[in-house]
Formats: sequence, C-alpha cells, structure tokens
Amino acid sequence: MQDTIHHIAPDNSADAILLSVRNLTVELTTRDGVVPVIDNMSFDLKTGGNISFVGESGCGKSMTALALMGLLPQPAGRIASGQILFNNEDLAQASDARLREIRGNDISMIFQEPMTSLNPVYTIGEQIAEVLRRHRNLDRAEATAKAIELLDAVHIPSPASRINDYPHQLSGGQRQRVMIAIALACEPKILIADEPTTALDVTVQAQIFDLLTELQEKTGTAIVLITHDMGAVARMSQDIIVMYAGRKAEQGTVAQVIRQPAHPYTHGLIAAVPHLLPTITEERPELLEIPGIVPPLSQFGQNRCLFASRCNYATEQCRQQRPEEISRENQHITACWHTDSLS
Amino acid sequence: MSEVILSVKDLQVRFPLTRSMFTKRKYLYAVDGVSFELNRGETLAIVGESGSGKTTTALAIARLIKAYAGQVQLGDIDLLSLHGSELRDVRNRMQFIFQDPYSSLNPRLRAEHIVREPLDSQGRLSAQDKEQRVDELFKAVGLRPEQKRLFPHQFSGGQRQRIGIARALATQPDLIICDEPVSALDVAVQAQILNLLRKLQSEFSLTYLFISHDLGVVQHMCDYVAVMYKGKIVEYADRLSLFNNPQHSYTKELLAAVPTITL
Repeated sequence: MQDTIHHIAPDNSADAILLSVRNLTVELTTRDGVVPVIDNMSFDLKTGGNISFVGESGCGKSMTALALMGLLPQPAGRIASGQILFNNEDLAQASDARLREIRGNDISMIFQEPMTSLNPVYTIGEQIAEVLRRHRNLDRAEATAKAIELLDAVHIPSPASRINDYPHQLSGGQRQRVMIAIALACEPKILIADEPTTALDVTVQAQIFDLLTELQEKTGTAIVLITHDMGAVARMSQDIIVMYAGRKAEQGTVAQVIRQPAHPYTHGLIAAVPHLLPTITEERPELLEIPGIVPPLSQFGQNRCLFASRCNYATEQCRQQRPEEISRENQHITACWHTDSLS
Repeated sequence: MSEVILSVKDLQVRFPLTRSMFTKRKYLYAVDGVSFELNRGETLAIVGESGSGKTTTALAIARLIKAYAGQVQLGDIDLLSLHGSELRDVRNRMQFIFQDPYSSLNPRLRAEHIVREPLDSQGRLSAQDKEQRVDELFKAVGLRPEQKRLFPHQFSGGQRQRIGIARALATQPDLIICDEPVSALDVAVQAQILNLLRKLQSEFSLTYLFISHDLGVVQHMCDYVAVMYKGKIVEYADRLSLFNNPQHSYTKELLAAVPTITL
C-alpha cells in the first residue's frame, strides 16, 4: 500500500524533481587511455530551480552540461554508467533522434562566447525563427512574428527592424540576449548557461543576470549555471555544486557553502579571489593561493583525493583512498577526509 | 618627497571614421583629454568598460599607437617628441605585461630566450651577465632554473604569465604597464599572479599602470584609481576614497553592478 503512494509523485508541485542525475560517470578516450571526466556525479534539479556548478577549468563543469544535452564529443566521449532521469525518462539511454527532440524543446543551452556561437552569415531573426520552424512546425510568417516577440522579451530595442541585423551589427551584450532568445524560443524546462557573462562587461553582466531572473520568473524555467564566479553564484542560485577533477567536492545551498565551506578546495576558491568589499581599510592581506594546477586528465579516476597535492590538510589517508561523500547537517555534502578539521 | 615617474597631460588619441571626398572627416575620440601623474612604487589602476579607452591610453603612453595631442613624460623625458634610436633607448624603461599569456609569447623560443630578448635588444650586458640576470629573474618570479630550456607550450597559463612578468622586469624598467594581467587566468592562478606582482613591487619598488575591468582585483592592487568612460577620466581618487565614497554616478553604477558575496 505504501508503495503505491510513492508512485503518485506530485508532478506539478513547485518542489517536484525535474531532473535527477544518478551516479553519472562519463568516460573520455584520450591518448593516455580511458579516463572518467565525470566520476560518479549525482544531483537533483527541481522544477523552476537554480543550481550552479563551480570549479576551475578542466574540472568537468562543461562536460556535465554536455552530458545532460547529449552532446558529448564524439566518438571520444560516452556515458559509462549512471542515469539522467528527466521526467522519468533516462536520457543516458535515449536514442539520438529522441535527444534531438529534447534539445531545444525541453533542455536548451547558452554558451560563453556569444560571438562564436551565432552564425555570422544569417540574420538573427532567421536564427531564432529556424528553431521555431524545426521544433514547433511554425510557418515562415508565424516564426518571424514569434522571433520579434522573443527579441522584445529579451529587451532588444525596436525588434521588428533588428531581426534583419547580422550578428556583427550587435554588441556583445545584445548577442548574448539573442542567444537567450534562441534558447528560450521553445520554452524549455531547463536552461543550461555555460559561463554566460564571462565575455561581457560588468554592467552588461548585471543586465544579463537581471534578464535571466526575469525570464525565469515568467516562464518557470530551471537554470543550471556554470561559472567560476562565486559572486554570480550568490546572485543567481540557491544550490551549488563545487567540482574538482571530475568529482563532486562539495554540495549544498549557496548560504551553507559560502559561509561555511566544508571542503578545502571550496575555501580556497572563495579566499583566492579579491572580492569587492563595500568598505575597505588600509589593510590589504595577501590572497590565499591554491598552489599548483588542476591535475591532468590522465590522473582522473585514481583511488585517492585528487586535490591532495594542492591541499594544506592532506595526509597519507588522502593519498591512499578516495574520500567518500559525507552528508553533514541539512544535506550539506562534502568529499573530504578532514572536513571536521576545517573551521 | 615621492618621485613622479609618469606624468600625462591632456592626452588625446583619435581615429578617423569616414573617408569620403565630399564629407568632412569625422573622428572617433578614443582618448579625449586624459591627465594623471604616477609616483615611483605606486600603482594607478585604470578601470572602465570595454571601449572606454583604457588600453588605448596605455598604448599611446607606450608609443605603440600615435597620440594626436598632449604630453607624456617618463621621468624628465618627453616621450611623444622622441624618434628613432632615442625612442628605442627609452623603450626599455617601460615594459608591458599582456592579457593573454598564450599569444604574447613566441612559441618558437625557449623560455630563457624570451626573458633575455629585451636585454639582447638593449645590447648593454655581456652574454655572461645576461645569463646571470635571466637566472635572477626566473627565481624572482618563482620559476625553477631547469624550466629555462622549455618552450611556452610546455608551461601552464599561470607559468606563462610568470615568464611574461620576468620579461617585463628584465630591463629594470621605471614603469610597467599591466594590461588585464590576470583576466585570462583561472581563479586559483589569479591569486598566485596578483600576490607575485605585489611582492615584486615591494621588493623592487616597481611602478604599475594597471588596467583592469575587474573591480575586485583593482581594489586589491591599486593605490589610485582613474575611472574612464567614453575616452575621459570621469573620476580620479585614491583607493580608500574611491571605493568607500565614490562621487561620480558612473563609478557608483560600476560598483553596484559587481555581484558580491557576503562572507
């Protein structure tokens, strides 16, 4: 009897789980052999929720996004094990045709470089309309009308004339707005934003974040933000996952993780950045350095803490055995043997 | 009494826009009447959005593009009036650290050769002295001596930026222009380079003209700040006054736009 109750999942409630990634391992074939670029990753995303992935380059953040989209580099990358459950459908097993249907319709993505991800030889109107014709089977006139609406929604002035512009006629911020319009054209349930503002000026950055928040409130899209900027995370997300060398280092709410980092890597990421302070004094303490760099792919997957070589807390245990994910209070998860000695 | 290293007065740079026989020539005023002074051992940061003229100002000071009008004095030398060999001689008194450590190092040269090149073109030291100077520089920027023989592609981004810094220090310049020196680097590596720049500054009493759009970095690095907007300096103040009590509305807008975390 209890079993049946569990099966009636409240699909439309605000807290319903939209995407559930279970023990996902993605392998990449390199010259040094097969390496796990994503190593046993699990997380949930609620309908209309916000989650951020942070970490240095080469930690597997973007690879996670590509795995969700079914866009892993071919033929080198493949999902080795685990599940990506989207509306109870396992995307890890889905066919290419099915993935093509889902991409753009249900899961969309915006990229870091709005300059290179738009096609320079088509007008922006055509590039938005293309998505609508393909996925929504609209005819030319309908698609163009909808494209104008979308440009208006992302606050591009006089959209009716701007749809005939080519990407080079727009500024960086406007191009990113067009990318957002394309990504949101089919009202996806999940929007993956891979460093959406890194190439933009701070004032434009703030405008793009405002726009994303506004559109999310309107459409109820869940946003997966990939970034290395803790400030952006605090601005945009409730939940955060810190990745290191393909593994989850820490997971929790933004408040938990920023105020009380439970992994030395998270602590380092926060303390290494000179954050803009509202009031400053003569004092200027040295920034905390994380020595060294992210290990090369060939070392991924080894049974030890991959951060040990850069960590002040490292002991023999860290070099011998991979730390398990420990759950602290309120689902604050960390993978570190010495999390208790961090104050 | 602090010594003025760099004095810029009413600097103007303009680029021609249209070239038609029948219309009057129009110009883009990229730098429009910029003035400031910089003392030895201090850091002046120029901040602003892309297109505000930060880099153009620096390039004009370094005589890498032509200034239209104004005056630039490095010590007691009037830079804008120099030509030929005089200009070449004064060039080793100011050096550049570039944004992108991937494209600003010659891929065909070994690290030691890259760092030695400014000394070669200066032509004052013997081969042995140059060798010794390169060794000192490698040590100062935290590179190991055995890395001298490597090529740029064998270094990580942060290490390449260290090579760029060593090259800039080679001729013991009076002024070092840092054009977004950490914006291409990963967050963890950024801290290493920023700490290094501060350490070298106190060790060798270096003078930095520091160009950046990252206000957190500027707040950490600078002694004075010039905020540029559309080719003009809209606010100039020391570090404490600018960040604690910004006056111009544009400065306030810039500061408000930065997403912050409350620790």
